Amino acid sequence: MAFIAAVTKRSSIARGIKRPSTPYLLLIPGLAWLFLFFVYPLINLASTSTQTPAASGEIGAYVQSFRFANYFDAISGAKEQFIRSIIYALIATVIALAISYPLAYAIAFKSGKWKNLLLVLVVAPFFTSFLLRTIAWKQILGDQGPVVTVLRFLHILSPQAGLTASAFAVVTGMTYNFLPFMTLPLYASLERIDPRVLEAAGDLYANAITTFRKVTFPLSMPGVVAGTLLTFIPAAGDYINATLLGNPRTKMIGNVIESRFFEIVDYPTAAALSFLLMAAILVLVAVYVRRSGTEELV
Amino acid sequence: MIRRWFSKNLIKIYAFLAFVYLFIPIAYTMAFSFNDAGKSNLTWRGFTFKNWQNPCGAPEVCSALGNSLKIGFLATTIATILGTMIAFALGRHRFRGRSTVNLLIFLPMATPEIVLGASLLAMFLNLGINPGFWPTVIAHVMFCISFVVVTVKARIASLDPKLEEAAMDLYADEMETFRRVTLPLVAPGIFGAALLAFSLSFDDFIITNFNSGTLTTFPKFVYIASARGIPAQANVIGSSMFILALTIVLAGQLVNRRKAR
Repeated sequence: MAFIAAVTKRSSIARGIKRPSTPYLLLIPGLAWLFLFFVYPLINLASTSTQTPAASGEIGAYVQSFRFANYFDAISGAKEQFIRSIIYALIATVIALAISYPLAYAIAFKSGKWKNLLLVLVVAPFFTSFLLRTIAWKQILGDQGPVVTVLRFLHILSPQAGLTASAFAVVTGMTYNFLPFMTLPLYASLERIDPRVLEAAGDLYANAITTFRKVTFPLSMPGVVAGTLLTFIPAAGDYINATLLGNPRTKMIGNVIESRFFEIVDYPTAAALSFLLMAAILVLVAVYVRRSGTEELV
Repeated sequence: MIRRWFSKNLIKIYAFLAFVYLFIPIAYTMAFSFNDAGKSNLTWRGFTFKNWQNPCGAPEVCSALGNSLKIGFLATTIATILGTMIAFALGRHRFRGRSTVNLLIFLPMATPEIVLGASLLAMFLNLGINPGFWPTVIAHVMFCISFVVVTVKARIASLDPKLEEAAMDLYADEMETFRRVTLPLVAPGIFGAALLAFSLSFDDFIITNFNSGTLTTFPKFVYIASARGIPAQANVIGSSMFILALTIVLAGQLVNRRKAR
Protein backbone atom coordinates (compact mmCIF):
# COMPACT_ATOMS: atom_id res chain seq x y z
CA MET A 1 0.00 0.00 0.00
CA ALA A 2 2.69 2.39 1.06
CA PHE A 3 4.56 1.61 -2.12
CA ILE A 4 1.55 2.54 -4.26
CA ALA A 5 1.10 5.72 -2.24
CA ALA A 6 4.73 6.58 -2.80
CA VAL A 7 4.42 5.95 -6.52
CA THR A 8 1.38 8.19 -6.88
CA LYS A 9 3.05 10.93 -4.87
CA ARG A 10 6.12 10.64 -6.99
CA SER A 11 4.25 10.97 -10.24
CA SER A 12 2.30 13.91 -8.89
CA ILE A 13 5.55 15.73 -8.11
CA ALA A 14 6.91 14.91 -11.53
CA ARG A 15 3.85 16.50 -13.08
CA GLY A 16 4.32 19.46 -10.81
CA ILE A 17 0.74 19.35 -9.60
CA LYS A 18 -0.10 18.80 -5.97
CA ARG A 19 -3.54 20.20 -5.33
CA PRO A 20 -5.07 22.34 -8.07
CA SER A 21 -5.89 25.11 -5.59
CA THR A 22 -2.37 25.29 -4.09
CA PRO A 23 -0.82 27.67 -6.66
CA TYR A 24 -3.69 30.11 -6.30
CA LEU A 25 -3.46 30.09 -2.51
CA LEU A 26 0.25 30.83 -2.82
CA LEU A 27 -0.35 33.62 -5.31
CA ILE A 28 -3.27 35.45 -3.71
CA PRO A 29 -1.55 37.45 -0.93
CA GLY A 30 1.34 38.71 -3.07
CA LEU A 31 -0.75 39.44 -6.13
CA ALA A 32 -3.37 41.19 -4.00
CA TRP A 33 -0.60 43.45 -2.71
CA LEU A 34 0.52 44.24 -6.26
CA PHE A 35 -3.05 44.89 -7.39
CA LEU A 36 -3.83 47.20 -4.48
CA PHE A 37 -0.54 49.10 -4.42
CA PHE A 38 0.69 48.94 -8.01
CA VAL A 39 -2.14 48.35 -10.50
CA TYR A 40 -4.86 50.31 -8.72
CA PRO A 41 -2.66 53.39 -8.07
CA LEU A 42 -1.77 53.46 -11.77
CA ILE A 43 -5.47 53.40 -12.72
CA ASN A 44 -6.09 56.07 -10.12
CA LEU A 45 -3.23 58.12 -11.56
CA ALA A 46 -4.72 57.77 -15.04
CA SER A 47 -7.95 59.16 -13.67
CA THR A 48 -6.11 62.03 -11.95
CA SER A 49 -4.38 62.94 -15.20
CA THR A 50 -7.59 64.19 -16.84
CA GLN A 51 -8.92 66.14 -13.84
CA THR A 52 -9.32 69.92 -13.64
CA PRO A 53 -9.19 72.27 -10.62
CA ALA A 54 -12.31 72.18 -8.45
CA ALA A 55 -14.72 75.12 -8.61
CA SER A 56 -14.00 75.91 -4.97
CA GLY A 57 -10.50 76.96 -5.97
CA GLU A 58 -9.01 75.12 -2.98
CA ILE A 59 -5.37 74.18 -3.52
CA GLY A 60 -4.97 70.48 -4.32
CA ALA A 61 -8.68 69.89 -4.97
CA TYR A 62 -9.47 68.49 -8.40
CA VAL A 63 -12.56 67.07 -10.10
CA GLN A 64 -12.81 64.59 -12.94
CA SER A 65 -13.71 66.21 -16.24
CA PHE A 66 -11.92 63.95 -18.75
CA ARG A 67 -9.81 66.79 -20.04
CA PHE A 68 -7.31 64.97 -22.27
CA ALA A 69 -5.84 68.31 -23.29
CA ASN A 70 -4.01 68.08 -19.94
CA TYR A 71 -1.53 65.88 -21.73
CA PHE A 72 -0.79 68.50 -24.38
CA ASP A 73 -0.47 71.22 -21.76
CA ALA A 74 1.82 69.02 -19.69
CA ILE A 75 4.13 68.16 -22.56
CA SER A 76 4.30 71.67 -23.97
CA GLY A 77 5.34 72.93 -20.53
CA ALA A 78 8.06 70.32 -20.10
CA LYS A 79 9.18 69.42 -23.62
CA GLU A 80 12.75 70.48 -22.98
CA GLN A 81 13.16 68.44 -19.79
CA PHE A 82 11.47 65.48 -21.43
CA ILE A 83 13.84 65.34 -24.39
CA ARG A 84 16.78 66.00 -22.08
CA SER A 85 15.84 63.02 -19.88
CA ILE A 86 15.74 60.68 -22.85
CA ILE A 87 19.06 61.99 -24.24
CA TYR A 88 20.91 61.89 -20.90
CA ALA A 89 19.58 58.41 -20.22
CA LEU A 90 20.66 57.22 -23.68
CA ILE A 91 24.17 58.64 -23.27
CA ALA A 92 24.52 57.16 -19.78
CA THR A 93 23.32 53.77 -21.11
CA VAL A 94 25.80 53.73 -24.00
CA ILE A 95 28.75 54.68 -21.76
CA ALA A 96 27.67 52.11 -19.17
CA LEU A 97 27.59 49.48 -21.91
CA ALA A 98 31.08 50.48 -23.08
CA ILE A 99 32.44 50.21 -19.53
CA SER A 100 30.51 47.08 -18.57
CA TYR A 101 30.97 44.84 -21.59
CA PRO A 102 34.73 44.32 -21.26
CA LEU A 103 34.34 44.13 -17.49
CA ALA A 104 31.63 41.45 -17.70
CA TYR A 105 33.70 39.65 -20.37
CA ALA A 106 36.77 39.63 -18.14
CA ILE A 107 34.79 38.30 -15.16
CA ALA A 108 33.07 35.62 -17.25
CA PHE A 109 36.12 34.32 -19.14
CA LYS A 110 39.34 35.48 -17.48
CA SER A 111 38.78 35.54 -13.73
CA GLY A 112 39.17 31.85 -12.82
CA LYS A 113 38.64 31.21 -9.13
CA TRP A 114 38.13 34.91 -8.38
CA LYS A 115 34.85 35.00 -10.29
CA ASN A 116 32.50 35.07 -7.29
CA LEU A 117 34.55 37.64 -5.43
CA LEU A 118 34.66 39.94 -8.47
CA LEU A 119 30.90 39.64 -8.88
CA VAL A 120 30.45 40.73 -5.27
CA LEU A 121 32.73 43.69 -5.95
CA VAL A 122 30.60 44.71 -8.95
CA VAL A 123 27.53 44.93 -6.71
CA ALA A 124 29.48 46.42 -3.80
CA PRO A 125 28.73 50.07 -4.72
CA PHE A 126 25.09 49.26 -3.98
CA PHE A 127 26.06 48.63 -0.36
CA THR A 128 26.65 52.32 0.22
CA SER A 129 23.85 54.79 -0.07
CA PHE A 130 22.91 55.93 -3.58
CA LEU A 131 22.86 59.52 -2.33
CA LEU A 132 26.25 59.32 -0.63
CA ARG A 133 27.78 57.93 -3.84
CA THR A 134 26.30 60.81 -5.80
CA ILE A 135 27.62 63.33 -3.26
CA ALA A 136 31.02 61.65 -3.55
CA TRP A 137 30.96 62.43 -7.28
CA LYS A 138 30.25 66.04 -6.42
CA GLN A 139 33.47 66.03 -4.39
CA ILE A 140 35.50 64.11 -6.99
CA LEU A 141 34.45 66.48 -9.79
CA GLY A 142 34.52 69.52 -7.52
CA ASP A 143 36.89 72.45 -7.99
CA GLN A 144 39.28 71.14 -5.33
CA GLY A 145 38.87 67.54 -6.50
CA PRO A 146 41.49 65.44 -8.31
CA VAL A 147 39.88 65.52 -11.77
CA VAL A 148 39.71 69.29 -12.05
CA THR A 149 43.20 69.68 -10.55
CA VAL A 150 44.71 67.35 -13.15
CA LEU A 151 42.77 68.86 -16.05
CA ARG A 152 43.78 72.36 -15.01
CA PHE A 153 47.40 71.31 -14.65
CA LEU A 154 47.27 69.89 -18.19
CA HIS A 155 45.61 73.10 -19.37
CA ILE A 156 42.63 71.17 -20.65
CA LEU A 157 40.45 73.18 -18.31
CA SER A 158 40.98 76.89 -17.81
CA PRO A 159 41.59 77.95 -14.18
CA GLN A 160 38.06 79.35 -13.89
CA ALA A 161 36.25 76.41 -15.49
CA GLY A 162 34.82 73.59 -13.41
CA LEU A 163 33.01 70.31 -13.97
CA THR A 164 30.24 70.28 -11.36
CA ALA A 165 26.79 71.74 -11.87
CA SER A 166 26.90 70.63 -15.50
CA ALA A 167 25.35 68.14 -17.89
CA PHE A 168 28.68 66.28 -17.81
CA ALA A 169 28.42 65.78 -14.05
CA VAL A 170 24.80 64.61 -14.28
CA VAL A 171 25.57 62.02 -16.96
CA THR A 172 28.69 60.88 -15.06
CA GLY A 173 26.62 60.34 -11.93
CA MET A 174 23.89 58.48 -13.82
CA THR A 175 26.39 56.24 -15.61
CA TYR A 176 28.06 55.34 -12.34
CA ASN A 177 24.93 54.81 -10.28
CA PHE A 178 23.27 52.41 -12.71
CA LEU A 179 26.40 50.57 -13.86
CA PRO A 180 25.83 47.30 -11.94
CA PHE A 181 22.40 47.00 -13.61
CA MET A 182 24.31 46.79 -16.89
CA THR A 183 27.18 44.57 -15.78
CA LEU A 184 25.18 41.80 -14.10
CA PRO A 185 22.88 40.82 -17.01
CA LEU A 186 25.86 41.06 -19.41
CA TYR A 187 27.85 38.75 -17.17
CA ALA A 188 24.92 36.33 -16.89
CA SER A 189 24.58 35.98 -20.66
CA LEU A 190 28.34 35.80 -21.33
CA GLU A 191 28.86 33.21 -18.62
CA ARG A 192 26.30 30.93 -20.25
CA ILE A 193 28.26 30.76 -23.52
CA ASP A 194 29.86 27.37 -23.98
CA PRO A 195 33.63 27.91 -24.40
CA ARG A 196 33.63 25.06 -26.92
CA VAL A 197 31.58 27.22 -29.28
CA LEU A 198 34.35 29.82 -29.18
CA GLU A 199 36.99 27.12 -29.73
CA ALA A 200 35.00 25.85 -32.70
CA ALA A 201 35.08 29.34 -34.22
CA GLY A 202 38.85 29.36 -33.80
CA ASP A 203 39.12 25.88 -35.39
CA LEU A 204 37.25 27.26 -38.38
CA TYR A 205 40.00 29.88 -38.82
CA ALA A 206 38.10 32.82 -37.34
CA ASN A 207 40.50 35.24 -35.69
CA ALA A 208 39.77 36.78 -32.29
CA ILE A 209 37.91 39.75 -33.73
CA THR A 210 35.76 37.69 -36.09
CA THR A 211 34.96 35.22 -33.30
CA PHE A 212 33.82 38.06 -31.11
CA ARG A 213 31.80 39.74 -33.85
CA LYS A 214 30.16 36.61 -35.25
CA VAL A 215 29.85 34.38 -32.18
CA THR A 216 30.38 35.96 -28.77
CA PHE A 217 28.53 39.21 -29.29
CA PRO A 218 25.40 37.72 -30.93
CA LEU A 219 25.22 35.10 -28.16
CA SER A 220 25.44 37.81 -25.50
CA MET A 221 22.62 39.83 -27.09
CA PRO A 222 19.99 38.92 -24.42
CA GLY A 223 22.34 40.34 -21.79
CA VAL A 224 22.92 43.50 -23.82
CA VAL A 225 19.17 44.02 -24.19
CA ALA A 226 18.40 43.31 -20.53
CA GLY A 227 21.30 45.48 -19.33
CA THR A 228 20.45 48.47 -21.49
CA LEU A 229 16.80 48.33 -20.41
CA LEU A 230 17.65 48.00 -16.72
CA THR A 231 19.98 51.01 -17.06
CA PHE A 232 17.87 53.17 -19.35
CA ILE A 233 14.56 52.90 -17.47
CA PRO A 234 15.73 54.10 -14.04
CA ALA A 235 18.04 56.66 -15.66
CA ALA A 236 15.20 58.25 -17.65
CA GLY A 237 13.07 58.64 -14.53
CA ASP A 238 15.89 59.72 -12.22
CA TYR A 239 16.12 63.22 -10.79
CA ILE A 240 18.63 62.78 -7.95
CA ASN A 241 21.69 63.11 -10.16
CA ALA A 242 20.17 66.14 -11.88
CA THR A 243 19.42 67.75 -8.52
CA LEU A 244 22.73 67.04 -6.79
CA LEU A 245 25.13 67.30 -9.74
CA GLY A 246 23.33 69.56 -12.18
CA ASN A 247 22.16 73.12 -12.55
CA PRO A 248 18.76 74.64 -13.43
CA ARG A 249 19.51 74.00 -17.12
CA THR A 250 20.00 70.25 -16.58
CA LYS A 251 16.62 69.58 -14.98
CA MET A 252 15.01 66.32 -16.03
CA ILE A 253 11.43 65.13 -16.31
CA GLY A 254 11.66 63.64 -12.81
CA ASN A 255 12.42 67.10 -11.41
CA VAL A 256 9.34 68.48 -13.14
CA ILE A 257 7.05 65.70 -11.90
CA GLU A 258 8.39 66.10 -8.36
CA SER A 259 7.95 69.87 -8.27
CA ARG A 260 4.48 69.66 -9.87
CA PHE A 261 3.52 67.28 -7.10
CA PHE A 262 5.04 68.94 -4.06
CA GLU A 263 5.63 72.58 -4.85
CA ILE A 264 2.84 73.49 -7.24
CA VAL A 265 0.38 70.80 -6.03
CA ASP A 266 -0.69 70.33 -9.65
CA TYR A 267 -1.58 66.64 -9.50
CA PRO A 268 -3.15 66.32 -12.99
CA THR A 269 -0.04 67.62 -14.75
CA ALA A 270 2.24 65.45 -12.60
CA ALA A 271 0.04 62.44 -13.42
CA ALA A 272 -0.04 63.24 -17.14
CA LEU A 273 3.76 63.62 -17.24
CA SER A 274 4.19 60.31 -15.40
CA PHE A 275 2.13 58.56 -18.04
CA LEU A 276 3.93 60.29 -20.87
CA LEU A 277 7.24 59.16 -19.38
CA MET A 278 5.98 55.58 -19.10
CA ALA A 279 4.61 55.70 -22.65
CA ALA A 280 7.87 57.06 -24.06
CA ILE A 281 9.84 54.36 -22.27
CA LEU A 282 7.49 51.58 -23.40
CA VAL A 283 7.63 52.73 -27.04
CA LEU A 284 11.43 52.96 -27.02
CA VAL A 285 11.69 49.59 -25.31
CA ALA A 286 9.29 47.94 -27.78
CA VAL A 287 11.14 49.32 -30.81
CA TYR A 288 14.50 48.40 -29.33
CA VAL A 289 13.53 44.88 -28.31
CA ARG A 290 12.02 44.22 -31.74
CA ARG A 291 15.06 45.54 -33.60
CA SER A 292 17.50 43.57 -31.50
CA GLY A 293 15.48 40.42 -32.18
CA THR A 294 15.21 39.09 -28.66
CA GLU A 295 11.50 39.26 -28.12
CA GLU A 296 11.33 36.21 -25.89
CA LEU A 297 13.32 38.08 -23.29
CA VAL A 298 10.56 40.16 -21.77
CA MET B 1 57.88 42.26 -24.96
CA ILE B 2 56.02 44.84 -22.90
CA ARG B 3 53.70 45.49 -25.78
CA ARG B 4 52.82 41.84 -26.15
CA TRP B 5 52.15 41.50 -22.41
CA PHE B 6 50.02 44.59 -22.65
CA SER B 7 47.88 43.39 -25.55
CA LYS B 8 47.53 39.94 -24.00
CA ASN B 9 46.31 41.39 -20.72
CA LEU B 10 44.41 44.32 -22.16
CA ILE B 11 41.05 43.07 -21.00
CA LYS B 12 42.34 42.45 -17.47
CA ILE B 13 43.83 45.94 -17.29
CA TYR B 14 40.54 47.34 -18.49
CA ALA B 15 38.61 45.37 -15.87
CA PHE B 16 41.02 46.56 -13.20
CA LEU B 17 40.46 50.17 -14.22
CA ALA B 18 36.70 49.60 -14.21
CA PHE B 19 36.95 48.37 -10.63
CA VAL B 20 39.02 51.41 -9.68
CA TYR B 21 36.26 53.55 -11.18
CA LEU B 22 33.62 51.62 -9.23
CA PHE B 23 35.45 52.07 -5.95
CA ILE B 24 36.62 55.69 -6.13
CA PRO B 25 33.33 57.14 -4.79
CA ILE B 26 33.26 54.51 -2.04
CA ALA B 27 36.81 55.38 -1.07
CA TYR B 28 35.75 59.02 -0.98
CA THR B 29 32.74 58.28 1.22
CA MET B 30 34.97 56.33 3.62
CA ALA B 31 37.80 58.86 3.64
CA PHE B 32 35.44 61.71 4.40
CA SER B 33 34.02 59.83 7.38
CA PHE B 34 37.41 60.62 8.98
CA ASN B 35 37.28 64.27 7.98
CA ASP B 36 37.53 66.81 10.76
CA ALA B 37 34.66 68.65 9.12
CA GLY B 38 32.82 71.59 10.46
CA LYS B 39 29.40 72.13 8.99
CA SER B 40 30.14 71.16 5.44
CA ASN B 41 31.92 67.92 4.65
CA LEU B 42 32.84 68.76 1.06
CA THR B 43 36.50 69.65 1.52
CA TRP B 44 39.25 67.90 3.47
CA ARG B 45 40.14 69.56 6.79
CA GLY B 46 42.22 66.95 8.57
CA PHE B 47 42.06 63.45 9.99
CA THR B 48 39.99 62.58 13.06
CA PHE B 49 38.33 59.61 14.73
CA LYS B 50 35.72 61.72 16.46
CA ASN B 51 32.95 61.07 13.91
CA TRP B 52 33.35 57.31 14.38
CA GLN B 53 33.39 57.68 18.18
CA ASN B 54 30.16 59.61 18.07
CA PRO B 55 28.14 58.47 15.03
CA CYS B 56 24.93 59.95 16.44
CA GLY B 57 26.63 63.30 17.01
CA ALA B 58 24.81 65.07 14.20
CA PRO B 59 21.19 65.91 14.95
CA GLU B 60 18.60 63.51 13.53
CA VAL B 61 21.08 61.25 11.78
CA CYS B 62 20.44 58.27 14.08
CA SER B 63 16.67 58.69 14.23
CA ALA B 64 16.68 58.71 10.42
CA LEU B 65 18.82 55.57 10.44
CA GLY B 66 16.44 53.97 12.95
CA ASN B 67 13.45 54.68 10.68
CA SER B 68 15.27 53.23 7.69
CA LEU B 69 16.16 50.06 9.60
CA LYS B 70 12.60 49.61 10.90
CA ILE B 71 11.08 50.14 7.46
CA GLY B 72 13.73 47.89 5.92
CA PHE B 73 13.10 44.99 8.32
CA LEU B 74 9.31 45.18 8.02
CA ALA B 75 9.30 45.56 4.23
CA THR B 76 11.91 42.81 3.79
CA THR B 77 9.99 40.36 5.97
CA ILE B 78 6.65 40.90 4.25
CA ALA B 79 8.08 41.07 0.72
CA THR B 80 10.21 37.95 1.25
CA ILE B 81 7.23 35.91 2.49
CA LEU B 82 4.85 37.07 -0.25
CA GLY B 83 7.48 36.89 -2.98
CA THR B 84 8.68 33.42 -1.97
CA MET B 85 5.09 32.13 -2.08
CA ILE B 86 4.66 33.49 -5.60
CA ALA B 87 8.02 32.04 -6.62
CA PHE B 88 6.94 28.57 -5.43
CA ALA B 89 3.64 28.87 -7.28
CA LEU B 90 5.47 29.82 -10.49
CA GLY B 91 8.34 27.39 -10.06
CA ARG B 92 6.53 24.33 -8.82
CA HIS B 93 3.00 24.50 -10.25
CA ARG B 94 1.29 24.66 -13.56
CA PHE B 95 -1.81 26.84 -13.62
CA ARG B 96 -3.85 29.09 -15.84
CA GLY B 97 -2.94 32.76 -16.05
CA ARG B 98 0.76 32.06 -15.58
CA SER B 99 1.91 34.57 -18.19
CA THR B 100 -0.33 37.26 -16.68
CA VAL B 101 1.32 36.66 -13.31
CA ASN B 102 4.76 36.87 -14.92
CA LEU B 103 3.81 40.17 -16.54
CA LEU B 104 2.48 41.55 -13.26
CA ILE B 105 5.78 40.65 -11.60
CA PHE B 106 7.83 42.19 -14.40
CA LEU B 107 5.95 45.49 -14.71
CA PRO B 108 6.90 47.11 -11.36
CA MET B 109 10.57 46.53 -12.23
CA ALA B 110 10.08 48.24 -15.60
CA THR B 111 8.22 51.25 -14.22
CA PRO B 112 10.28 54.33 -13.33
CA GLU B 113 10.41 54.85 -9.58
CA ILE B 114 8.98 58.32 -9.84
CA VAL B 115 5.82 56.91 -11.44
CA LEU B 116 5.50 54.26 -8.72
CA GLY B 117 5.98 56.86 -6.00
CA ALA B 118 3.68 59.47 -7.50
CA SER B 119 0.86 57.00 -8.24
CA LEU B 120 0.90 55.58 -4.71
CA LEU B 121 0.91 59.01 -3.11
CA ALA B 122 -1.97 60.14 -5.34
CA MET B 123 -3.94 57.09 -4.21
CA PHE B 124 -3.17 57.63 -0.52
CA LEU B 125 -4.19 61.28 -0.79
CA ASN B 126 -7.43 60.33 -2.58
CA LEU B 127 -8.24 57.87 0.19
CA GLY B 128 -7.47 60.49 2.82
CA ILE B 129 -4.49 58.53 4.15
CA ASN B 130 -1.59 60.72 5.26
CA PRO B 131 1.85 59.74 3.99
CA GLY B 132 4.14 58.46 6.74
CA PHE B 133 5.59 55.28 8.19
CA TRP B 134 3.05 52.67 7.04
CA PRO B 135 2.50 54.05 3.54
CA THR B 136 6.28 53.88 3.13
CA VAL B 137 6.39 50.25 4.32
CA ILE B 138 3.54 49.39 1.92
CA ALA B 139 5.37 51.06 -0.97
CA HIS B 140 8.64 49.28 -0.17
CA VAL B 141 6.96 45.87 0.00
CA MET B 142 5.37 46.59 -3.40
CA PHE B 143 8.63 47.26 -5.23
CA CYS B 144 10.60 44.54 -3.38
CA ILE B 145 8.17 41.67 -4.16
CA SER B 146 9.19 41.39 -7.84
CA PHE B 147 12.90 41.21 -7.02
CA VAL B 148 12.24 38.49 -4.40
CA VAL B 149 10.16 36.47 -6.88
CA VAL B 150 12.84 36.64 -9.58
CA THR B 151 15.65 35.67 -7.19
CA VAL B 152 13.85 32.79 -5.46
CA LYS B 153 12.39 31.47 -8.74
CA ALA B 154 15.87 31.22 -10.21
CA ARG B 155 16.97 29.15 -7.21
CA ILE B 156 13.94 26.85 -7.45
CA ALA B 157 14.56 26.36 -11.18
CA SER B 158 18.13 25.26 -10.49
CA LEU B 159 17.07 22.48 -8.08
CA ASP B 160 17.27 18.86 -9.13
CA PRO B 161 13.71 17.43 -8.85
CA LYS B 162 15.28 14.02 -8.21
CA LEU B 163 16.14 15.10 -4.66
CA GLU B 164 12.47 15.61 -3.85
CA GLU B 165 11.55 12.36 -5.59
CA ALA B 166 14.15 10.59 -3.45
CA ALA B 167 12.58 12.02 -0.29
CA MET B 168 9.19 10.76 -1.44
CA ASP B 169 10.68 7.34 -2.17
CA LEU B 170 11.91 7.29 1.42
CA TYR B 171 8.31 7.70 2.58
CA ALA B 172 8.40 11.38 3.41
CA ASP B 173 4.98 12.92 2.84
CA GLU B 174 4.50 16.14 0.91
CA MET B 175 4.80 18.42 3.93
CA GLU B 176 7.87 16.63 5.23
CA THR B 177 9.55 16.70 1.83
CA PHE B 178 8.91 20.39 1.59
CA ARG B 179 10.10 21.13 5.10
CA ARG B 180 13.18 18.90 5.18
CA VAL B 181 14.33 18.84 1.56
CA THR B 182 12.88 21.59 -0.63
CA LEU B 183 12.97 24.46 1.84
CA PRO B 184 16.57 23.94 3.02
CA LEU B 185 17.68 23.72 -0.62
CA VAL B 186 15.87 26.92 -1.58
CA ALA B 187 16.91 28.71 1.64
CA PRO B 188 20.08 30.34 0.23
CA GLY B 189 17.96 31.84 -2.55
CA ILE B 190 15.45 33.17 -0.03
CA PHE B 191 18.26 34.59 2.09
CA GLY B 192 19.78 36.28 -0.95
CA ALA B 193 16.39 37.68 -1.93
CA ALA B 194 15.89 39.07 1.59
CA LEU B 195 19.31 40.76 1.47
CA LEU B 196 18.48 42.27 -1.90
CA ALA B 197 15.07 43.46 -0.67
CA PHE B 198 16.65 45.02 2.41
CA SER B 199 19.29 46.86 0.44
CA LEU B 200 16.67 48.12 -2.05
CA SER B 201 14.45 49.31 0.77
CA PHE B 202 17.25 50.83 2.82
CA ASP B 203 18.64 52.74 -0.13
CA ASP B 204 15.39 53.88 -1.69
CA PHE B 205 14.92 57.59 -1.97
CA ILE B 206 12.45 58.49 -4.73
CA ILE B 207 9.47 56.34 -3.72
CA THR B 208 10.15 57.06 -0.05
CA ASN B 209 10.28 60.79 -0.68
CA PHE B 210 6.79 60.64 -2.14
CA ASN B 211 5.17 58.48 0.53
CA SER B 212 6.90 59.26 3.81
CA GLY B 213 5.50 62.72 4.53
CA THR B 214 7.44 64.25 7.40
CA LEU B 215 9.15 60.99 8.38
CA THR B 216 12.90 61.09 7.73
CA THR B 217 14.76 58.03 6.47
CA PHE B 218 18.52 57.84 6.07
CA PRO B 219 18.60 58.61 2.30
CA LYS B 220 16.09 61.40 2.87
CA PHE B 221 18.27 62.80 5.63
CA VAL B 222 21.27 62.87 3.27
CA TYR B 223 19.20 64.52 0.54
CA ILE B 224 17.83 67.23 2.79
CA ALA B 225 21.23 67.79 4.42
CA SER B 226 22.95 68.05 1.03
CA ALA B 227 21.54 71.54 0.58
CA ARG B 228 23.42 72.89 3.61
CA GLY B 229 26.23 70.35 4.05
CA ILE B 230 26.12 66.69 5.00
CA PRO B 231 27.58 65.89 8.43
CA ALA B 232 30.51 63.47 8.44
CA GLN B 233 28.39 61.15 10.62
CA ALA B 234 26.35 60.29 7.53
CA ASN B 235 29.58 59.04 5.93
CA VAL B 236 30.29 56.99 9.07
CA ILE B 237 26.90 55.29 8.78
CA GLY B 238 27.25 54.82 5.02
CA SER B 239 30.70 53.27 5.45
CA SER B 240 29.55 50.97 8.27
CA MET B 241 26.63 49.72 6.19
CA PHE B 242 29.02 49.05 3.32
CA ILE B 243 31.43 47.08 5.49
CA LEU B 244 28.59 45.18 7.17
CA ALA B 245 26.92 44.20 3.87
CA LEU B 246 30.23 43.19 2.29
CA THR B 247 31.08 41.07 5.35
CA ILE B 248 27.69 39.29 5.26
CA VAL B 249 27.97 38.50 1.55
CA LEU B 250 31.59 37.34 1.71
CA ALA B 251 30.87 35.23 4.81
CA GLY B 252 27.95 33.66 2.96
CA GLN B 253 30.23 32.79 0.05
CA LEU B 254 32.80 31.25 2.37
CA VAL B 255 30.13 29.10 4.02
CA ASN B 256 28.90 27.98 0.60
CA ARG B 257 32.42 27.07 -0.45
CA ARG B 258 32.93 25.03 2.73
CA LYS B 259 29.67 23.19 2.10
CA ALA B 260 30.61 22.50 -1.50
CA ARG B 261 33.81 20.83 -0.36
